[in-house]
Amino acid sequence: MVSPSTMKIVRESGAVSGSEYLLEVDDVRKEFPGVVALDNVKFKLRAGTVHALMGENGAGKSTLMKIVAGIYTPDSGSFKLRGQDIRLKNPLDALENGIAMIHQELNLMGPMTVAENIWIRREPTNRFGFINHGEMQRRTVELFSRLNIDVDPTVEVRSLSVANRQMVEIAKAVSFNSDVLIMDEPTSALTEREVDHLFRIIRTLKADGKGIIYITHKMNELFEIADEVSVFRDGKYIATKPSSELTRDDIIRMMVGRDISQMFPKLEVPIGDVVLSVKNLSLNGVFKDVSFDVRAGEILGIAGLVGSGRSNIAETIFGVTPASAGTISIHGKPVVMASPAIAMAHGMAFLTEDRKETGCFLLLDIQENTQMAVLQNKYVKYGFVQRGQLAKDSQVMANTLRVRTPDMQEPIINLSGGNQQKVLISRWLLTKPRILILDEPTRGIDVGAKAEIHRLVSELARDGVAVIMISSEMPEVLGMSDRIMVIHEGRVTGFLDRSEADQVKIMELASH
Amino acid sequence: MGKIMTATAPETGKSLTGITKVRRLPPEVSILAVLLGIAIVFEILGWYFVGESFLANKQRLSIIVLQVAVTGIIAVGVTQVIITGGVDLSSGSMVGFIAMVAASLAQSATNGRAVYLAQGWVDLNPIFPILAGLALGALIGFVNGWLIATTKIPPFIATLGMMVTVRGLAKWYTLGQPIALLHDRFTWFGQSFDVGGFPVPRPVIVFLIVAVICHVALTYTRYGKFTYAIGSNPQAARVSGINIGHHLMKVYAVAGLLSGLAAVMTAARAQSGQPGMGVAYELDAIAAAVIGGTSLAGGVGRITGTFIGTIILGVVTSGFTFLKVGAYYQEIVKGVIIVAAVVIDQHRQNKRRKTS
Repeated sequence: MVSPSTMKIVRESGAVSGSEYLLEVDDVRKEFPGVVALDNVKFKLRAGTVHALMGENGAGKSTLMKIVAGIYTPDSGSFKLRGQDIRLKNPLDALENGIAMIHQELNLMGPMTVAENIWIRREPTNRFGFINHGEMQRRTVELFSRLNIDVDPTVEVRSLSVANRQMVEIAKAVSFNSDVLIMDEPTSALTEREVDHLFRIIRTLKADGKGIIYITHKMNELFEIADEVSVFRDGKYIATKPSSELTRDDIIRMMVGRDISQMFPKLEVPIGDVVLSVKNLSLNGVFKDVSFDVRAGEILGIAGLVGSGRSNIAETIFGVTPASAGTISIHGKPVVMASPAIAMAHGMAFLTEDRKETGCFLLLDIQENTQMAVLQNKYVKYGFVQRGQLAKDSQVMANTLRVRTPDMQEPIINLSGGNQQKVLISRWLLTKPRILILDEPTRGIDVGAKAEIHRLVSELARDGVAVIMISSEMPEVLGMSDRIMVIHEGRVTGFLDRSEADQVKIMELASH
Repeated sequence: MGKIMTATAPETGKSLTGITKVRRLPPEVSILAVLLGIAIVFEILGWYFVGESFLANKQRLSIIVLQVAVTGIIAVGVTQVIITGGVDLSSGSMVGFIAMVAASLAQSATNGRAVYLAQGWVDLNPIFPILAGLALGALIGFVNGWLIATTKIPPFIATLGMMVTVRGLAKWYTLGQPIALLHDRFTWFGQSFDVGGFPVPRPVIVFLIVAVICHVALTYTRYGKFTYAIGSNPQAARVSGINIGHHLMKVYAVAGLLSGLAAVMTAARAQSGQPGMGVAYELDAIAAAVIGGTSLAGGVGRITGTFIGTIILGVVTSGFTFLKVGAYYQEIVKGVIIVAAVVIDQHRQNKRRKTS
């Protein structure tokens, strides 16, 4: 075994390794308290390829990648980089040995400039030891032009869109001359155009002989960009195949260990009376003159690019950011939505887009996360929480949604993203809403869980709930919605009925 | 919700998905171990240097609990504030001011130098100074919460301002004069009573009652759940329908109320009110909460932990006195122990909270 620092020196000397694989891990095992996250898995990455990792939430993909990136150390197993045994002790080791990870949750420092973020810890200095900002910017511009990224290096990162931050992260990873780039769901917050841009960058990197590990839940991306696919299930390695030899159904079967015949089991349900009516709703500088009705049993899809104002409309309807003009009526009666508590009192529920920022109470356990919204109106007597009944009902909800956890007292931070999402959905279903607003309900969620959530939403609609669903995923919007409202730059650009809607029409309205 | 609710709950204690269950020790265990460790060290050092037992001494145990009772009452309040992600620096000053106000209402007619609020306001029923103290504390706490909720300034700044202002009020109230010779019926609350030859100070009983009530409130009521929610993620709390401003006013008012109670106890015990009372009590209270596992980042903390943290501070103080360590050295070492206790606890927490 060579030490990470020796390896670094060898690599910088330009020595060529004899192995056909950039990276080989074998028999890797990792346990967390109560969970075997990885059960003797293997994974091999060739240079100049994109290798997709597929698996349901909690299958072990992210854990494996954190081991590759030096964030976790495996309990056992072998780890070879360019044919050499190596043991990485921390993320810095990995970085210096040419392994860079682009995280799902971006790790940039908001108040610092783009250039500062990229070159942090490696800032070019002048002979007095002071940072040479000119040189730093020159290098950033050079890096960006190589990758075809159009971002001003001197602006603060917090002023950038999510997509641009992602580009900066990728550029940063590339700036280390990394051979292995790990991308954990890089497209989850990107629009289609931005995804195309990202794929162009990935192809450039591939041509340079880099190995790219690509974690995703989106099948169409996989067939577009990946050369090889490895599938994991419940912490176990299932198979590795070239993506050209696989079909969508093959992969799903390997991932869930069973056939999923129907991805979007939308039920045909009778549509009832108007429950929620929005007239000329505006929020200064964000959106203007939004009007629509939602009926009982109806699923209204809202499509539009990220940043078009979709989420802001939802927030305003729920009283998070009260409207500057317009009316919101429930069952025909106008209601001033001044706070979420008022919206909830009128039977509304709102699953927000950002699990970490506005969803989870990361320090609290699953039980507490599940009950927090319903405590507003129910399960409380003389100020005391009725714990028995609440625990029972929460447990039923967790079972229905198949939350993967040892018990309800597990801190929610220990769950995978998809399971956290299920907990948040149970939080709102416990309130028995009559109007349910879902903002990206299946973002970052695996196929099996996705179908379950779609079934659930469909069944809620059947029981007469009016549903508003915002989603960036076309198949989801098209598959689930009775009607689709398209937003572009804060204005409604059109409504499409289920029968007439298709991807092209939506994109036309969304980009105008 | 019809069919969705058809799945049934598994038997209690059975795992949801067949994943092995994790055994969780209550977070207080490690801090209790620290307390026992410190007590044992003093016990051994006691036999070695002083030639007597540290713990087996009724008088000493009584003093330990009496010393911590007042800061303990404050710590129980400030723990709740810290759980919301805030902090309350004004409690020590409140003790000074409210002790003065309570004392002024508890004067005895036999005192020739009574400080008159109005002619004849002496020999009042002790219920008046006590209620006035509690109400004034709750009011000042409420103002803290109101300031934070409406102006959105950091709690540190709001309560720092309050700390300075209220200390000023304490001095202004009698222009710096202490109020002494309080009525026996009032000072009764600060005295000890005898339980089988063991002197139990009444403030200690008050501390225990307050701790139990607040523990129950934090653990079993909606008030408690919302307190943790706000500290854990204010944005998520807002979207969950929690009115953060209202809740913060409640929490700071409770903390103020408890500071008022601590002030009344201090005045009763000292049989006087002095404008300099309670200086730096807020820091002892915060230290007790933090030693007890409360996170200054909010969302984490329990009254049981704070209770043990308070006792640790008391044991350390009286242990040093017992070993005849000079007062200067005491402070130096006390600071080190506060930091060390938190470092140990945090290390353990991190090990427990390894994420996957």
